[in-house]
Amino acid sequence: MNFTKSAALAAAISLCAGMAFSDTVKIGFIDPLSGPFGPTGDAGLKQFNFAADQINENGGMAGNTVEILPFDNKVNPKESLVQLQKAIDQGARFIVQGNGSSVASAIIDAVNKHNTRNPGDEVLFLNYAAVDPAFTNDRCSFWHFRFDSDADMKMEALTDWVTKNEDIKKVYLIGQDYSFGKAVAAAAERMLAEKAPDVEIVGNELHPLGKVKDFTPYIQKIISSDADAVITGNWGQDMVLLIKAAISSGSDVPYLTYYGGSLGAAVAMGEQAVGSVYQVSEVNTNLPTTDAQNALIDAYEAKYPNNNYYFHRIHMLMDMMDMAAEKSGSTDPKDIAMALEGMVVDGPYGTVTMRADNHQILQPLFVSVFSDNVQRDVENTSLGWASTDADRIEAEDTKTETTCKMERP
Amino acid sequence: METVVFSLLNGVIYGLLLFMLSSGLTLIFSMMGVLNFAHASFYMLGAYFAYTISSVSGFWLALIFAPILVGLVGAATERWGLRKVHANGHVAELLFTFGLAYLIDEVVKIIWGRNSVDYRVPELLDFPLFTLYGTQYPAYRIFILFVAVAMLVALWLLLKRTRAGLIIQAALTHPEMVGHLGHNVPRIFMTVFGVGCALAGLAGVIGGNYLVTDPAMAISIGPIVFVVVVVGGLGSLEGAFIASLLLGLLQTFAVSIDASFADIFGWLGLGETTEVGRITIASLAPMLPFLMLVLILMVRPRGLMGDRDI
Repeated sequence: MNFTKSAALAAAISLCAGMAFSDTVKIGFIDPLSGPFGPTGDAGLKQFNFAADQINENGGMAGNTVEILPFDNKVNPKESLVQLQKAIDQGARFIVQGNGSSVASAIIDAVNKHNTRNPGDEVLFLNYAAVDPAFTNDRCSFWHFRFDSDADMKMEALTDWVTKNEDIKKVYLIGQDYSFGKAVAAAAERMLAEKAPDVEIVGNELHPLGKVKDFTPYIQKIISSDADAVITGNWGQDMVLLIKAAISSGSDVPYLTYYGGSLGAAVAMGEQAVGSVYQVSEVNTNLPTTDAQNALIDAYEAKYPNNNYYFHRIHMLMDMMDMAAEKSGSTDPKDIAMALEGMVVDGPYGTVTMRADNHQILQPLFVSVFSDNVQRDVENTSLGWASTDADRIEAEDTKTETTCKMERP
Repeated sequence: METVVFSLLNGVIYGLLLFMLSSGLTLIFSMMGVLNFAHASFYMLGAYFAYTISSVSGFWLALIFAPILVGLVGAATERWGLRKVHANGHVAELLFTFGLAYLIDEVVKIIWGRNSVDYRVPELLDFPLFTLYGTQYPAYRIFILFVAVAMLVALWLLLKRTRAGLIIQAALTHPEMVGHLGHNVPRIFMTVFGVGCALAGLAGVIGGNYLVTDPAMAISIGPIVFVVVVVGGLGSLEGAFIASLLLGLLQTFAVSIDASFADIFGWLGLGETTEVGRITIASLAPMLPFLMLVLILMVRPRGLMGDRDI
């Protein structure tokens, strides 16, 4: 009898201990940590860890400690679902991912299913970089928030740039052969036909994702097509190797990129790319900003000397999640999702809004150029990204129509 | 015209790189009668050794010592690994090399990390050699061409013009007879294995900075090297040479052709907007080696120059 009692007591105590543990907010980070896109995923993880440390130093998320649990998915949608299950099993109620819209698509489906089957035990997916426009249109979900501008919003910025530069008559499109690369190419074709009907698309090429080791044959095609500009959505190793081949083949036309800031690209580009590689993004570290933000960048680059402050949106994501937790006084995924809807934040580079109708962030975008006249360089090259006031696109101007019909629980 | 010239150049260079890998593999196959699954891993080791050596003492020393080091690792593998396994038959040997490939993969990941290393082209060769049709051609590619041709000539002279080559050739086909004549056959095998691995290592040294040095490089090139060996004919150096160039050219040309199925089969009524009509020739490039493998096994199982069926 005594034994049963003490066993029950022990069970009760361990239950309490278990509950004390749950004061940690666990965020499952599912992205590539090995292979051709390993450096990209690793850079993201470092910024998440940094942002989490900052929140913890300032009293945590509504009083709870934040912990990032990393999972390597090798940019494989199937592998990601295994990792997602692992993350949920380890107690993660928040999932963050960014690399690969194919992966994000699988995670959205899985999270939707999980939440239907486990009411009261929901999981929230915070997407920091997968930019297939479908996720905030036809396939929008209450359980998904996107903290990066989608492929269409960024393409608006790039095609505006093409329209402004009247010497550009021929454009070459090259991208990765999966949903995101196709979305970029389709957006470019559609928007160029609208804005600049006289601009001819002289090439529309998709190459296998992460498989091409030598882009020289592609670059030679670009050169022989007499293109005046190249538009690419490539990221990670595909971006680095594309630009490496372009530089060594002497292709000197403007390269309009989504991810020219991919880790390793600056070293591959060097002096020769100054003035000819452009990037559309939510930040470049040479933008005028607050002292606090400059201090944050310094602290980040001091802690990780081999990385640069690149994923500003990761800090926005963590800060907005933190604010949502404070506002609702809860770290329950559903409460946080409700609080995130329509949230307006005064960010270091301008006002940032999370749309309530489709869960798409609206943030200022900048078309930056690779320059040798910068205060903050990247990858210790004395080169970096710069932009002028004319290259700034206000957050409201990036807003696009949505076809989303949000179903709220 | 410029497309043809550049595709020829790039295709030949890629083909020669493939040959450097497959020559060793095909020699080892003739000797052991078993495909060495770990062969591409020695190629990877070559690239990583070169990366480490060149970060300490420069590229040129790496060019010499990295292949030697890989050759020694290969010889040691044969001496203390394969030779023991050999007694248990071909399946055991096959499994041994299979396991070895994974082992090397993991060891590389532990030592050099899971991501690519920054192994760069030496500064001395990092300049455009000439400009053709408005496109610059990097000097390093021509250097690869020279190294590959030099290796090819050296290998040919060694096998066809020296006494050692004669003994090796004899040992490949009639090991017992060579043994009876008083030659140390196990040592010949060890040497051939070591030299084969060193050749793969050399390919790694000059290919690692031309392409990418990462832990996936062995897995990505391994299947293509097998295709070369099978298409060329198992055990045939000449066949491997022809197949390497053929594959190199085929893949490079496919990428540079700007046509879709609709353009080619349009006369059959295939529309540009159909699922099949939209497929471009360039997107087929990664598939072509394996299509070739399947076709050659169906039509000519012994390969282009092979003298025995699989």
